[in-house]
Amino acid sequence: SGAGNGTGGSPEAASAAGGTGGGGWRRPHGPLQRYYGPSAAEAAAEAPPDPTDINGPHFDPEVFMTKVRNECPLGQLLARETALGREIRALDSDMQTLLYENYNKFISATDTIRKMKVDFRHMEAEMDDLAANMAAISASSARVSAALQDRHRRGAQLAGVQALLRKLQALLEVPGRLRRWAGTEPARALRCYGRARTVLRHYRHLPSFRAIEDESHAIMADLARRLRTRLREETLDPKELTECVEMLLQLEEPPEELSEEFLSQAGARLEAELAALEAELPTSDPSGVATTPPPASDILDFVDRGSSAFVGTLCQLAGSYRTLFGEDTGRLEPFAATLATRYFGLLERRLALERGLGDTSLLVRALDRFHRRLRALLELLPAGADAAAELVARAARERVDRYLRALQTFFLGCLGDVRQALAAPRPPGKEGPGLPDLLATLAASVLGQLKAVLAYVQLFTARDVAFASLPYFKGEFCVTAVREGLVVAFVRWLCRTARGFADGPAEKGAPAAPPALLLLLARLCLDYESSTISYILTLTDEQFPPLDSGPPVTPGPALCAEARAAAQRLLDHYVQVQGAAVAQMLRKSVETRDWLGTVEPRNVRAVMKRVVEDITAIDVQVGQLFEEGVRRAQSSDSSRRAFSVYSSSRAPGRYAPSYTPSAPMDTHLLSNIQKLFSERIDIFSPVEFNKVSVLTGIIKISLKTLLECVRLRTLGRFGLQQVQVDGHYLQLYLWRFASDERVVQGLLDEVAASAAHRCLDPVPMEHSVVELICERG
Amino acid sequence: ARALTPQTAETDAIRFLVGTQSLRYDNQIHIIDFDDENNIINKNVLLHQVGEIWHITTSPADKGVLATCYNKTSDTKVMTCAAVWRMPKELESGSHESPDDSSSNTQTLELLCHLDNTAYGNMACVMWEPMGDGKKIISLADNNILLWDLQESSAKAVLSSSAALEGKGQLKFTSGRWSPHHNCSQIATANDTTVRGWDTRSMRQIYCIENAHGQLVRDLDFNPNKQYYLASCGDDCKVKFWDTRNVTEPVKTLEEHSHWVWNVRYNHSHDQLILTGSSDSRVILSNMVSISSEPFGHMVDDDELSDQEDQHQEEKIKEPLQDSVIATYEEHEDSVYAVEWSSADPWLFASLSYDGRLVINRVPRALKYHILL
Repeated sequence: SGAGNGTGGSPEAASAAGGTGGGGWRRPHGPLQRYYGPSAAEAAAEAPPDPTDINGPHFDPEVFMTKVRNECPLGQLLARETALGREIRALDSDMQTLLYENYNKFISATDTIRKMKVDFRHMEAEMDDLAANMAAISASSARVSAALQDRHRRGAQLAGVQALLRKLQALLEVPGRLRRWAGTEPARALRCYGRARTVLRHYRHLPSFRAIEDESHAIMADLARRLRTRLREETLDPKELTECVEMLLQLEEPPEELSEEFLSQAGARLEAELAALEAELPTSDPSGVATTPPPASDILDFVDRGSSAFVGTLCQLAGSYRTLFGEDTGRLEPFAATLATRYFGLLERRLALERGLGDTSLLVRALDRFHRRLRALLELLPAGADAAAELVARAARERVDRYLRALQTFFLGCLGDVRQALAAPRPPGKEGPGLPDLLATLAASVLGQLKAVLAYVQLFTARDVAFASLPYFKGEFCVTAVREGLVVAFVRWLCRTARGFADGPAEKGAPAAPPALLLLLARLCLDYESSTISYILTLTDEQFPPLDSGPPVTPGPALCAEARAAAQRLLDHYVQVQGAAVAQMLRKSVETRDWLGTVEPRNVRAVMKRVVEDITAIDVQVGQLFEEGVRRAQSSDSSRRAFSVYSSSRAPGRYAPSYTPSAPMDTHLLSNIQKLFSERIDIFSPVEFNKVSVLTGIIKISLKTLLECVRLRTLGRFGLQQVQVDGHYLQLYLWRFASDERVVQGLLDEVAASAAHRCLDPVPMEHSVVELICERG
Repeated sequence: ARALTPQTAETDAIRFLVGTQSLRYDNQIHIIDFDDENNIINKNVLLHQVGEIWHITTSPADKGVLATCYNKTSDTKVMTCAAVWRMPKELESGSHESPDDSSSNTQTLELLCHLDNTAYGNMACVMWEPMGDGKKIISLADNNILLWDLQESSAKAVLSSSAALEGKGQLKFTSGRWSPHHNCSQIATANDTTVRGWDTRSMRQIYCIENAHGQLVRDLDFNPNKQYYLASCGDDCKVKFWDTRNVTEPVKTLEEHSHWVWNVRYNHSHDQLILTGSSDSRVILSNMVSISSEPFGHMVDDDELSDQEDQHQEEKIKEPLQDSVIATYEEHEDSVYAVEWSSADPWLFASLSYDGRLVINRVPRALKYHILL
């Protein structure tokens, strides 16, 4: 931009630049154009380089001068001249300053170089001195060492002679020593013999040495004989046995034969120990199960003894076999394997005796000890590792299964308690334990028991237990055995059991569960669905973290769905049972009454009062466990008034005869049209988990029954009036239980209509009279 | 109205009989003719002046003969009686004139005989011997089973034998069916929650299904093709299928209705088709293949098949139909008290609800072809 400004200092120059640049408005677009690349037209316009650009590479003074001369007025030319002069002067002075500075620096550098030259000359002289001195020192050192060499050699010779003499002396003493130690300290004699043997063998061509050798040979043969007899003795402990064999080996007895002998001896010993262990187990005849006495010692003790005696000995023996006969274990492995298998067998039998739920921690400690001890053995015997791990895993699984069964029995016990509490006769005036209390007790005790069991099972995976680090216990045990096999299985079982109460008894005619129990279980399952299952699963996953790569687990939502389904089933069944009870009452009352010959109603029938009482009781019962639920919003007061107005004004119209033989369809035209606009009512439909819905279900079942029963009867005038009174009474007392009172009202209207239709002499009662009777009742 | 029956002896035309219930007017029997090709319904009305009709059946041998159970009401007493009737000759096989002046051409039934029940109580239902010549009738009256012989071309009914159900309380039969198997020697009855089987020769009980339903048993039907199979329905909203040789457990249970099931009917030729009517105003058509006489689809005799067809047949056998609900019909606005298959067309059925609406439906075409082919 300097160019532009330089020439554009005057308006004339600016206009000139504008002329060549192709228009001032275009200038802001410069960057953009550069960015996008000049279009062909633009390039043609800008192609000739501007010779008048004073800073440009193509500056031509002639052209510039001519241009300036031609275009600028004199005043401007003069001003421009002065400006140029000023600029040139400034540049000159700048150049001078730079020149001075550089010159000074050059001079100081020359000085430094001169100084360095002088110093180097000094140093060269000193280095020459040093080299001379070093040469002198090395010459004198060579002289000293030459002088000492001779003496060194003579000293060494003397020392060698002395050593030889000492060895000869020792050799001469060998037979005496051997004889002395052979009896008491065979090991020492062996050491001594072993040292002397090679020398003697080497020098046996010399008669004196040969005598020594023969004598010591004789002594050692005798020793070997004695050792062998000792080996066959029964009472050797493993250590002595090992020593004995070791010495024999040193005496160059054949190792094959020896290893066989060794194993047979060890085998006998181990057999004895196994037999001792087996003696503790009861004889395993299947018939004597009942007579099996409780094991004399607890499992920990048993394992302790087994491992310290048997496993310890086996380890020791195997270890020494290895050191004695080298790494070739071809014979040892099958030997140890058979013994170990027998031992596992014994242990398993002992574990099988652990019926019931003994102290789990004891079992875990016993298994742990077993596993630790075995680890040493397993280094020798890799094949046994799987069997041992399998044994431990099996024991653990067995225990988990047993816990599951115990949990189930516990739950059934709790249910039994609850049933009893429900069935127990209550002393008059005193309420028994409320349903919420029972539910809370039940849920808490089951959860507590489950937690306790989890805590017990967790012992199996505790950090300080050795076998917990096995891959099985890290992964599969947590997921398959505990999570799936214990927790999930229990929850599933619980849901199934609960459902069983709803599904089973009705078919079999077995004693049906009391309705309160159904209600209680429904609530329990619902609680499980909403919170308990996720809590239990979280707890389990915390205590037994599953591996990412582990087998697939049952997801929580699936369990929740199961629980919810069970709860729904139970609640539906509750509604059906209670509804059926009320319906039965209504049905019997309608069927047994003589509706034709009845007298004018003066009272609400007792059965209706009973129905209202029962439903009120159910309402209380359900209210203890379930929330209120949503009622279709309607002010109670206004709707009641609405009903009375409705029934008094509409009823006569409906009772009016409209039947003509030619058009029988007209009879119910009115009710048909009315029905078109009302929703279809499903009587035995699933209910929601709240009080209102449950009660609505029960009321619907009851009223529909009333309707169907009335339709089967033929009524007289007073029969109709009685139904009218009863219906109004029910309406008065039932509307508040239902979620939508229109349902109640609709059903009762149908009852009234049907009754009118079934009536020989349909003369309805005055509504005021109906109300009066109901209020009096 | 509650009474509905197909005209059993008629095998060509689709015809149903409906009885009305009215306490204050003359009751009628409507003869409904359905013209399948033109989709037209014709109606003829017969007067039945003795009372409101609770149950109606037609003779399997004579198109013109029918029996009704009706209520006779006086001011203080209601009595249910039964009678055998003959309809006018010209209506026997249906008249196809348009019913625009139906009120004018009403005709009266000719009374053949009364089934005298003064000693036995209220009649619950009347059954004709299914395969017979229309001479034998069984009626259920309170706790009695009455076997009648119709003599002198049905002009006289003679009580030939009877049996009574004894027990605690007031026992009352609610319904019964005559089995078409065993040479028509068995009937089944329902009272309260129990289903009983009887031998008509000795009039003794031969089996008893205690607590067949949780509540009252409303209706029964015999499988027309499998002699020991029986369907029952009741107030517990369930339909159960029984093998009468094993009365402890139902073979199958259906729970599709949401209120009492009033009626259950096997299709006469394809016994996997079950029709049920309920007071939840629905009619449900179910396909119970697994317990039907054709559990693997329609069987063709092997001899008649060429090899090619043989393979084709095998392929079909591999995909048997599942037990399922075929259709739910919700045309009714009130409780459905009767459903019946047509005796002429096995793919057609009628249902009747309290408000008097009669609905005729067909089995869905796709299913029909699936069963036939």
